[in-house]
Amino acid sequence: MSQVEKPTVVPLEHPRESLLREERLPHIWCSGCGIGTALNCFIGALERSGLPLDKVAIVSGIGCTGRAAGYIKLDSFHTTHGRAIPFATGLRLANPELKVVIFSGDGDLIAIGGNHFIHAARRNIDMTVICVNNFNYGMTGGQAGPTTPAMAKTATSPYGNSEHPFNLPYLAAASGAVYVARWTTLHVRRLERALTEALLKEGFSFVEVISPCPTYFDRMNRLGEGLDMMKFYRESSEIAHGLDPRKADIDLGGKIIVGKFIDIEKPTYLDFQQEIQARMEGEPS
Amino acid sequence: MNYWRKPLDIERIKLPRGKVYLIEERCKGCNFCIEFCPVGVLAASERFNAKGYHLPYPQNEEACTNCGLCEVICPEFAIYSLPRDGKEEEPRE
Repeated sequence: MSQVEKPTVVPLEHPRESLLREERLPHIWCSGCGIGTALNCFIGALERSGLPLDKVAIVSGIGCTGRAAGYIKLDSFHTTHGRAIPFATGLRLANPELKVVIFSGDGDLIAIGGNHFIHAARRNIDMTVICVNNFNYGMTGGQAGPTTPAMAKTATSPYGNSEHPFNLPYLAAASGAVYVARWTTLHVRRLERALTEALLKEGFSFVEVISPCPTYFDRMNRLGEGLDMMKFYRESSEIAHGLDPRKADIDLGGKIIVGKFIDIEKPTYLDFQQEIQARMEGEPS
Repeated sequence: MNYWRKPLDIERIKLPRGKVYLIEERCKGCNFCIEFCPVGVLAASERFNAKGYHLPYPQNEEACTNCGLCEVICPEFAIYSLPRDGKEEEPRE
């Protein structure tokens, strides 16, 4: 094959370098993994949102996605497994000026941190939760988790998973989240816009990002490489804004319903606290 | 560029022009940029980097419109585009 190949000289740095700890790159994520794309969209959303960056804190837990906090050049915290939300709650309540963002995976937020997740949503604590869902525990070898679709093969379910998975937008909406959206790593522009909206939303906002896991989930289920999964998203994702999230279940190989499902207004935990404080101060002693 | 109908504002609207840059040591050869470039600028190269991943190269660099999709879809922060010569060009008919 004859082709003209000009080795491209890099005259400038990557436009998103200012928010990356570039000495840590290349990152640990596999070739074809979508977590890097989700992080890229998140950095774009941070720039678009216009939030003061010294007032933004990123919290993540353990897992492949949990490494994201280590690559963002902001105040970032890598907490213990499943405890990203309690840590972020403390951070938010101790310093109400901060914008707290949780960037973590499904195993961290929904499996071991599942109770923290539903209670943070119920309390409507002002934070943004970004959950990168790759349907299994990628870092430890591809075990089945609470988001693994029924009948999917994983390291711990070699003949197929006999459990029903969580439908994350439905879980978040039912628990009281004020903003719920789901996009895949293919929908980069829409994901960036959804993340911007979530960052600027008052209250508990939740964005699920469907990502390929070419090393474990996709290989064990013969779904191909990262690029094949991206093509699959292009063919089988269906945009349904405002859909009742209980209809957004994901089946193995079935269509993926994406869109913005919930966007409502509700007083946050800190709003109630301030009201109580104002009442107490107003009362005659 | 071929239009099925000549746009009414073709004289006024200028098409941005871009150039693609690659940070070779970061690329992991996932081919997302090659597949999803809307104007087909990139192609897989026979060259590879220190880790053995085949790199994309701008096969049709003239077509780049600096849309930045490769930059945002790249999981490795390895590719980006910048305006070419800092200028915008008239669309070709």
